[in-house]
Amino acid sequence: MDGNSETSTGGAAMTLDAKIPAGPLVEKWERHKFEMKLVNPANKRKFHCIIVGSGLAGASAAATLAELGYNVECFCYQDSPRRAHSIAAQGGINAAKNYQNDGDSVFRLFYDTVKGGDFRSREANVYRLAQVSGSIIDQCVAQGVPFAREYGGNLTNRSFGGALVSRTFYARGQTGQQLLLGAYQALCRQIDAGNVKMFPRTEMLELVLVNGKARGIVVRNLVTGKISSHAADAIVLATGGYSNVFFLSTNAVGCNTTAIFRAYKKGALFANPCFTQIHPTCIPVSGDHQSKLTLMSESLRNDGRIWVPKKAGDKREPQAIPEADRDYVLERKYPTYGNLAPRDIASRAAKQVCDEGRGVGPSGLGVYLDFSEAISRLTEHTVRERYGNLFQMYEKITGENPYRMPMRIFPAPHYTMGGLWVDYNLMSNIPGLHVVGEANFSDHGANRLGASALMQGLADGYFILPYTLGHYFASTKPEKVDSSHAEFRKAEEEVRERLKKFLSIRGKRTTTSFHRELGQLMWNECGMSRTDASLRKALQRIPEIREEFWRNLDVLGSHDELNTSLERAGRVADFIELAELICQDALHRTESCGGHFREESQTEEGEALRDDDHFCYVAAWEHQGVGKPPSLHKEALQFENVHLAQRNYK
Amino acid sequence: MDLTLYVWRQKDAKDSGRLEKYPAKSIDPNMSFLEMLDVVNEGLIQQNIEPIAFDSDCREGICGTCSMTINGIPHGPERGTTVCQLHMRKFKDGDAIYIEPFRARAFPVLRDLITDRSAFDRIIQAGGYVSINTGGVPDGNAIPVPKVAQEEAMDAAQCIGCGACVAACKNASAMLFVSAKVSHLALLPQGAVERKRRVLNMVGQMDAESFGSCTNQYECEAVCPKEISVQFIARMNREYLQGRVLPEA
Repeated sequence: MDGNSETSTGGAAMTLDAKIPAGPLVEKWERHKFEMKLVNPANKRKFHCIIVGSGLAGASAAATLAELGYNVECFCYQDSPRRAHSIAAQGGINAAKNYQNDGDSVFRLFYDTVKGGDFRSREANVYRLAQVSGSIIDQCVAQGVPFAREYGGNLTNRSFGGALVSRTFYARGQTGQQLLLGAYQALCRQIDAGNVKMFPRTEMLELVLVNGKARGIVVRNLVTGKISSHAADAIVLATGGYSNVFFLSTNAVGCNTTAIFRAYKKGALFANPCFTQIHPTCIPVSGDHQSKLTLMSESLRNDGRIWVPKKAGDKREPQAIPEADRDYVLERKYPTYGNLAPRDIASRAAKQVCDEGRGVGPSGLGVYLDFSEAISRLTEHTVRERYGNLFQMYEKITGENPYRMPMRIFPAPHYTMGGLWVDYNLMSNIPGLHVVGEANFSDHGANRLGASALMQGLADGYFILPYTLGHYFASTKPEKVDSSHAEFRKAEEEVRERLKKFLSIRGKRTTTSFHRELGQLMWNECGMSRTDASLRKALQRIPEIREEFWRNLDVLGSHDELNTSLERAGRVADFIELAELICQDALHRTESCGGHFREESQTEEGEALRDDDHFCYVAAWEHQGVGKPPSLHKEALQFENVHLAQRNYK
Repeated sequence: MDLTLYVWRQKDAKDSGRLEKYPAKSIDPNMSFLEMLDVVNEGLIQQNIEPIAFDSDCREGICGTCSMTINGIPHGPERGTTVCQLHMRKFKDGDAIYIEPFRARAFPVLRDLITDRSAFDRIIQAGGYVSINTGGVPDGNAIPVPKVAQEEAMDAAQCIGCGACVAACKNASAMLFVSAKVSHLALLPQGAVERKRRVLNMVGQMDAESFGSCTNQYECEAVCPKEISVQFIARMNREYLQGRVLPEA
């Protein structure tokens, strides 16, 4: 076994065993599949599993586990599993098919992902991800996902940031939608067959442990307000990321951290919470009323060119600025990758030029993404065919026509690489608690490459968890526990008390006002770049926000009815505590890597400077109580197949 | 801009409901319609009035959660747009705006503007899928799919399942929604295998959910945020007829 390590500052020592199989990288997963125990097909229906979340990871896991014969219950807060936020992914999904004959391979996808993640992910996990990537495409095609094709009938590809090969499969600008509908339809088939019981408009509010194992959840029916318990032999969290800690992000307004944060408070380790991704191509903020930010797919950077005026304060209309006065900033700084530099690098470049006063648009927080060269090279028709729906969306939101005027874009919080710590089997340190998709921390290191989130969600759900969960069932013999167990009563009582507390404060501020204040603070002090001073400032302010929240919150209505304000209050309460954890992690990691940029640690050219001697590890945090510093456990990262190097996209 | 809102308020499914009048003052034309409602709600809470309950999630026009009827039109006056992507610059200062839930017997109101659209899920559960398990499928390029068929399948597949088609139809028919899924899968070789069973089962469920019949007036197409064409309804009628009269191949 490699990849094990044990370190701890503060709390009790805990062994973080990543359970990475022995043997050469290329054989690990094959070997592990053979070594894992199997469940007798006739016994599978006796095992109950609960899946929280119905996005790509959750829906694909629920459908596949039900097909195998397990007894599945699936929960989502949306009114239908088809609406999970995976649906909003635009650009595509990576797979090492090498259909384009342009030099791609499993190893190259593995390498690009490890490098793109700035060498902060586990080699073995990433290699497995690359290995199963091809099967995902086959599976989706067989489900009827209408991927883009050539006239000959074969699948076509596009390029994405951080790669020099074309390996991204897409369905217009709605790839996430089509993949999710494929998984949703597979799930629907299992619901119809009676193998999955689906609970929409139901939110998980507590995780229940019995004898140290995850054995159930407490949920609230969002229509009736009824609190109920559900017991199972294993719990799978597939509840996505926590970018909404920034209030304004590209996430859906309902996306939240509650499920994973409740698990964290019950002892699950939270890994690398400060690894958050700021996406370079979003529509700039237009005012204080803004409720979310809208992403413009990174695929636009295939044909769009990013530029700002060379001179600070140049307020001319973009068309009036001659070529000589324009700075195509990514092409200048990274001639090899140009506009397709990875997201963290492109975002920081945009911030840098805006900080220099060269930003565009009314707020000065924006850069141009210009298609005029592409339109003259390819014709407007071709550009429309490639990006039509994105251009339309841009025009709806801004009222400007991007065929005539360059788009204005600015970075926005988009994805969180951090999440609950899991081992190679996707199980957290709590036996029975598995975490898949964006909710776990495992595959993207400190920065995720474009078109890799869909790949990871579906890899976890279709091809990894169905094997590893069976192994868990076969190798542990879960004792009989049902929801009449005293631990469930206790958890239900805690949930009810908390809901009553929100309703009884009757202070003066709305949930939204607290969320907005928290988000602004996080964006300013722990956003695209972070310093020791900014993080200390945030760590001082967050407990004050938390204290005021519990004293001065105003939530109307009651707990036994459909109450959207009450739902939000619970989510914001958890975001406030998570924000503190993020800042603590960011403060402790004094190196820069990927999406985590510490201004103190940069090269002379202003690139992220890693400190491999001190920080080549996963930081997994253990909860010690609200307001108390969490304790740190380290999982050392070993690189045996790729050379630890300064990332270079020049 | 200053507006006057008349908003449907209904405490729960049993309540009879009524329109309430609320002012919306100093609205920025760059706000989306839902952001305008957010602002109004913040004001209501300050006045001790429970906020208007409405569904929304992605706020970028793709999840299909948001659903309300504005001045009689599902998703409001702009074509091809969900209400979350409708912006206040489409309205004029001083406008009166009537906001109601999607209305259909199959979509009961849960509270204010929130309706229960789970009937759509049950229609998909009745057959809106390809009956294959995970694993054991051929390579993605093993079966060539003509680009034209793939493009047309995609035109249908982009349905977001919001239910505006039902809300716009005087018969509360779900034909556009059902035909989009039937067409998407029938157009592709992977889905064609079980096309007959699928259309019969899905139409059977649609009828069981008490959606009305189609009388070809195309309000559905006019309000569809993804501008899904009614030609798919014609296609579904053909599929259905073949499913009824021809034996399963």
